[in-house]
Amino acid sequence: MKNTQDFYAGLLFALVGSAFAWGALDYQVGSSGRMGPGFVPLLLGVLLALLGGVVMLRAALFQADRGNAIGRWAWKPMVAIIAANLLFGVALGGLPSLRLPALGLMSGIYLLTFVACLAGERFKLKEAALLATALAALSYLAFVLLLKLQFPVWPVFLAGN
Amino acid sequence: MELINHLALGFGVAFTPVNLMYAFVGCLLGTLIGVLPGIGPLATIAMLLPATYALPPTSALIMLAGIYYGAQYGGSTTAILVNLPGEASSVVTVIDGYQMARQGRAGPALAAAGIGSFFAGCVGTLVLAAFAVPLTEVAFLFGPSEYCALMLLGLVGAVVLASGDLLKAFGMILLGLLLGLVGTDVNSGVARFSFDIPELTDGIGFIVIAMGLFGYGEIISNLSHPASERQVFTANVHGLMPSRQDFRRMWPAILRGTGLGAVLGILPGGGAVMSAFAAYTIEKKTRLQPGEVPFGEGNIRGVAAPEAANNAASQTSFIPLLTLGIPPNAVMALMVGAMTIHNIQPGPQVMSSNPELFWGLVVSMWIGNAMLIVLNLPLIGIWIKLLSVPYRWLYPAIVLFCAIGVYSTNNNTWDIWMVGLFGVVGYAFIKLGMEPAPLLLGFILGPILEENLRRALLLSRGDWSVFVTRPLSAGLLLAALALLALVLLPTIRRTRELAFVED
Repeated sequence: MKNTQDFYAGLLFALVGSAFAWGALDYQVGSSGRMGPGFVPLLLGVLLALLGGVVMLRAALFQADRGNAIGRWAWKPMVAIIAANLLFGVALGGLPSLRLPALGLMSGIYLLTFVACLAGERFKLKEAALLATALAALSYLAFVLLLKLQFPVWPVFLAGN
Repeated sequence: MELINHLALGFGVAFTPVNLMYAFVGCLLGTLIGVLPGIGPLATIAMLLPATYALPPTSALIMLAGIYYGAQYGGSTTAILVNLPGEASSVVTVIDGYQMARQGRAGPALAAAGIGSFFAGCVGTLVLAAFAVPLTEVAFLFGPSEYCALMLLGLVGAVVLASGDLLKAFGMILLGLLLGLVGTDVNSGVARFSFDIPELTDGIGFIVIAMGLFGYGEIISNLSHPASERQVFTANVHGLMPSRQDFRRMWPAILRGTGLGAVLGILPGGGAVMSAFAAYTIEKKTRLQPGEVPFGEGNIRGVAAPEAANNAASQTSFIPLLTLGIPPNAVMALMVGAMTIHNIQPGPQVMSSNPELFWGLVVSMWIGNAMLIVLNLPLIGIWIKLLSVPYRWLYPAIVLFCAIGVYSTNNNTWDIWMVGLFGVVGYAFIKLGMEPAPLLLGFILGPILEENLRRALLLSRGDWSVFVTRPLSAGLLLAALALLALVLLPTIRRTRELAFVED
């Protein structure tokens, strides 16, 4: 089968739809005149699961020779971008379970920029450092001074609270 | 006349220095985003939404609207000079615009796009002002069953007019509706699908979904393709003025594009992309005048008509949002979110309860269009410079602004974990050829649809026939069916497939 795109899309629909429908059974379903919290999710979940089944069948039986292949999965950019985002969150919030203190916005920007730059084709340390510094300055100006958003800006152990 | 009074009120609101400034900032940012390929207005509006928290609601909406139609203008610059659509809505401008640039006629092409957009924007705003009052009166006749039918029409429209594979688009809508149900049920107080996580009882934030799917997902996908060589025709932009003959050919095309765009923009699911494509198709059908360049080889009408159409449509797509409270496309769905954040329930009551917001927004769109033509034509040199900023500097900045925007919505790192998750989901969607825009629309409409469905059936004591016995709701459902039947017709199906091949 060449049309893997549609097949897996259908599979995804079927799985998510069934999960929602199954989960909806935990709540009171009720009748159409008096719907409980489970009614609409059950209805939509079943519809999505059925539709997913149709998309899968269509891909496998009728469009099997249509060349919509998924292609190579871009692991490197994906991991780098998502990791950059998560590290930024860790920098802002810290990790209480690991007793990691919040490092603040400025450290977060450097962490994010360096890791995000790893997603590109080639990594240049100097360029990443310059970019991070520019972004840090811009963000400080825009978000801290101008818009006065409430961020931990510096590491907690330096800020003294 | 009432219309004049309304517009006068609007001018009073929009012409304050503060609101003029926000309209300008919105247009500027919109042009910036439109020019840069790789980030769309959806991600930008989501990114900048937190920055508007501190603003009064009118200024916030004026700025966000400016970003939206500003992006439409900016997108055409990239299309003409780089052969890349800066925005999805300028996909067809690429065809003739780039050819004109190659022949050294980039200036007239840019001017045609700018003038066409400006004219269409003005007409679109007038249409919005004229139709708003009568449509609002219709909206007051609506009960819950009519709202349900209208939303179904909107969702069907979104599938039919604005996406690739029909079945998959329906799936994305259902997925969006389901995701919209996560969180506390308003009728019973039960926290649904929240897995005992306190943050999830408030539901999934739409900013998180929009940024994950349209921001991170796109970036990952862009980075997976090797960087292509961009050839920018910077040296060729001299002499912006189109010749007299250009003007003569351009005008009818602009008029046709404007009319078509204004109508398609009102339709649910219509919007900028589809109207640009339809306008180009119509121009291609008209006979060439003697001595005119064929389409695809640099015909000025191929630039003017679609640019006029997409701008007219982006103005008139505010009509269903402001009068009925139903967003016709994904960008408008984000505007619903923006209004809710500022405690304004979109719908017919906006005009009576917040007249200064309503008319201020309408008039600011006209002012914004005037600003944009100044921003885009004389300042074209600046935007050209911007095009030479490499993507490897751009994407870390986008990731950063997304992360900051997401965090600042609730000052909570939970949203950052969620946006990471939706980034992965967004990339998976792209790999599987699933379009995220219908999902966002479904997500916004999910809770409203459920509430009205429950109310309608409660009133009818569980009798589903209420949707077909009430004439208004039956009419809307019929329209939805007709729309569906229409795309299944072979000729239209073929054009549709053509329209979305280029994405």
